[in-house]
Amino acid sequence: MGHNHGAMARSLLTPLAVVVLVLAAWYSEMVVRVPEPPGPVVVTYWEKWTSFEGDAMRAVVDAFNRKQNKVFVKLLTISGIENKTLMAVAGGNPPDVAGLYGPNVAQYADDRAILPLDDFCAEYGISAAQYIPCYWDIGVYRGRVYSLPTTPASTALHYNRTMLREAGLDPDRPPRTIDELDAYADKIFQRGDRGRIVRAGFMPAEPGWWNWGWGCIFGGKLWDGKTKITANAPENVRAFEWIQSYSRKYGATDLQTFRSGFGNFSSPQNAFLSSQVAMELQGVWMHNFISMYAPGLDWGASPFPHPSDRPDLANSTFVDEDVLVIPRGARHPKEAFAFIAFVQSQEGMELLCMGQRKHSPLVKVSDRFWKTHPNPYVRLFADLAYSPNAIAPPKLPLWPEYGAELNNAFDQIALLKKSPKEALDAVQERMQPKLDDYIRVARLRGDEP
Amino acid sequence: MKPQTRTALLFASPWFIGFSLFLAYPVVASLYYSMCDYSVLRPPVWVGMHNFRNLMKDEVFWISLKNTAIYAGMALPLGMATAIALALLLNTKVRGMTIYRTIFFLPSLVPTIPLAVLWLWVFNGEHGILNEVLRRVGLPAPNWLSDTAWSKPALALMALWGAGNAMVIYLAGLQDVPTEMYEAAELDGAGWWARTRNVTLPFLSPVILFNGIMGIIGTLQVFAEPYVMFPGGSPARSTYFYTMYLFDNAFIYHKMGYACAMGWIMFLIILVLTLVALRVSEKHVHYQGG
Repeated sequence: MGHNHGAMARSLLTPLAVVVLVLAAWYSEMVVRVPEPPGPVVVTYWEKWTSFEGDAMRAVVDAFNRKQNKVFVKLLTISGIENKTLMAVAGGNPPDVAGLYGPNVAQYADDRAILPLDDFCAEYGISAAQYIPCYWDIGVYRGRVYSLPTTPASTALHYNRTMLREAGLDPDRPPRTIDELDAYADKIFQRGDRGRIVRAGFMPAEPGWWNWGWGCIFGGKLWDGKTKITANAPENVRAFEWIQSYSRKYGATDLQTFRSGFGNFSSPQNAFLSSQVAMELQGVWMHNFISMYAPGLDWGASPFPHPSDRPDLANSTFVDEDVLVIPRGARHPKEAFAFIAFVQSQEGMELLCMGQRKHSPLVKVSDRFWKTHPNPYVRLFADLAYSPNAIAPPKLPLWPEYGAELNNAFDQIALLKKSPKEALDAVQERMQPKLDDYIRVARLRGDEP
Repeated sequence: MKPQTRTALLFASPWFIGFSLFLAYPVVASLYYSMCDYSVLRPPVWVGMHNFRNLMKDEVFWISLKNTAIYAGMALPLGMATAIALALLLNTKVRGMTIYRTIFFLPSLVPTIPLAVLWLWVFNGEHGILNEVLRRVGLPAPNWLSDTAWSKPALALMALWGAGNAMVIYLAGLQDVPTEMYEAAELDGAGWWARTRNVTLPFLSPVILFNGIMGIIGTLQVFAEPYVMFPGGSPARSTYFYTMYLFDNAFIYHKMGYACAMGWIMFLIILVLTLVALRVSEKHVHYQGG
């Protein structure tokens, strides 16, 4: 081995390594970047749904792709959609369309993560008049449209007719006021051996998805829409007192033990599906789970009861929807909206909402949709969405934090650790400075909140 | 520069590049962001120590820190004692020992999320196997998952499932104890306990210190199990740990600056605890040949 050989090998080594690195970089870029095929513009669309809900959207995407040849939508199923969209926008490589949740809109719009759609809406003739008001409203933030609905949902009291009958109650006359609901609940309630609860009529903590919102059922507001948090408004305190009355009459620990035996929501051991709890606040989707896990269940749905002294609060319902947005930095916003507009058409929307067995957010609904819809109460849910007492999560960028505080307050009063007033005062004290802070920073940035 | 130096640097460059890009840069950037109002989506705005001052006044920050400290206070000694006890047992001369060692190590290979889901069933207040056993032997059967007093002990108990990792390290340490020491001790008439106390543990002390420090870091950063088992730190935030609040701030509330500040505070806490552990242990840790 001569000295020269070694030196030559060494001098070759550096350029060789550089070439390898460059090749590796080039190749990985080739693998990652799918070349734009000639022909239609490819629109990437991230959506959270799987199973039959995913199939429903896939059918809509296929229908759109078949209908025209300028745009091709590529649907990708993504879990944790809101976080991944956030990261993709921050990284500058978002999808063209993302299927977020309704309550994300204010936060993402406030952060400029999603594009306003007003101009596109005008171009395609999409306007508020075509929608059930509350569903259009969810997509509007500070006067601009940031999202359009996919499937909406409203809630109603779901009741187990067999359990009502067994308690000597009329299954055709569900409770209409909170007082009646309480009386029904007491009649159905049963304890077994060793005093353990074996059957409940109603439990405010079940399923626990609207723990933040009971105050709204009693006519309370969570903020004034501008600068004031109103967590401890008298109506909200009253609602929490009502919730705590359940812990007091049945025992917080006993209720806890009873609840701890419930299985997952999406399982036959679900408290309502397994006839452990007779009456629950649930959404239009509940029918899907009933037919999947408890097809023999004799059930009904009716508007959730209102406080006896507040008939004006009848037909209260929680409304929410999944939405389509165009993230900031999307490569093909125009083509993306062409697809969104198709979803908003009566044809696209009914295909989707029928597939997911929900009602349509649109005012115009075909006879066929009503006639062939599998949920026997679908009209009730659609009607409830028109109610002036439709309740949507507040459009506050701080809402995720505010909601977590309210849920925590709910836990504390249900476990009798705090009085309703104390718990809600604490939320008020915590959230008001945060809102003040938010407004201060927004002004600093030049946004007008 | 000598050609050898250049070649060496070149071969080390993947590590240098990876380290600076994926570790050094994020660490420095997070220090900067901790002093900014930053949502990840919009340019950061410098706010100085505002985040740190707010954290000091943040009730939930203190709750999460307290929860984490209580959990670490339970899980760390319990985990170390269990791992040492298992290692001592598995270091005895019994037939088929390798099989026992494998069996006791196996649980720590179960991935976190399935583990959490599995333990949800074990801890189920009504139908859980744990309460079934407790009831059989006439002990009270608490609501592990929904009682604020029992949710943290439940997690500490569950953490024992992963004792196998530390156990293997202790076992390796035990193999290093010179047998002549035991022989000498035996000649002096030392019984099992005297031998364990005066021979085994001193020789094991560097390993105990190592596992202790790793345990401090691990228990203070507990995240995945409670995040899956107790959504939102339920019941009533009794399982709302430091990392969960950090995660929520970063990814749910989009307060990345605030979350970075929390990250740095946790770093300082762990740094101080590690230094304290090193200092306190100085007199008790015996290094062979040192």
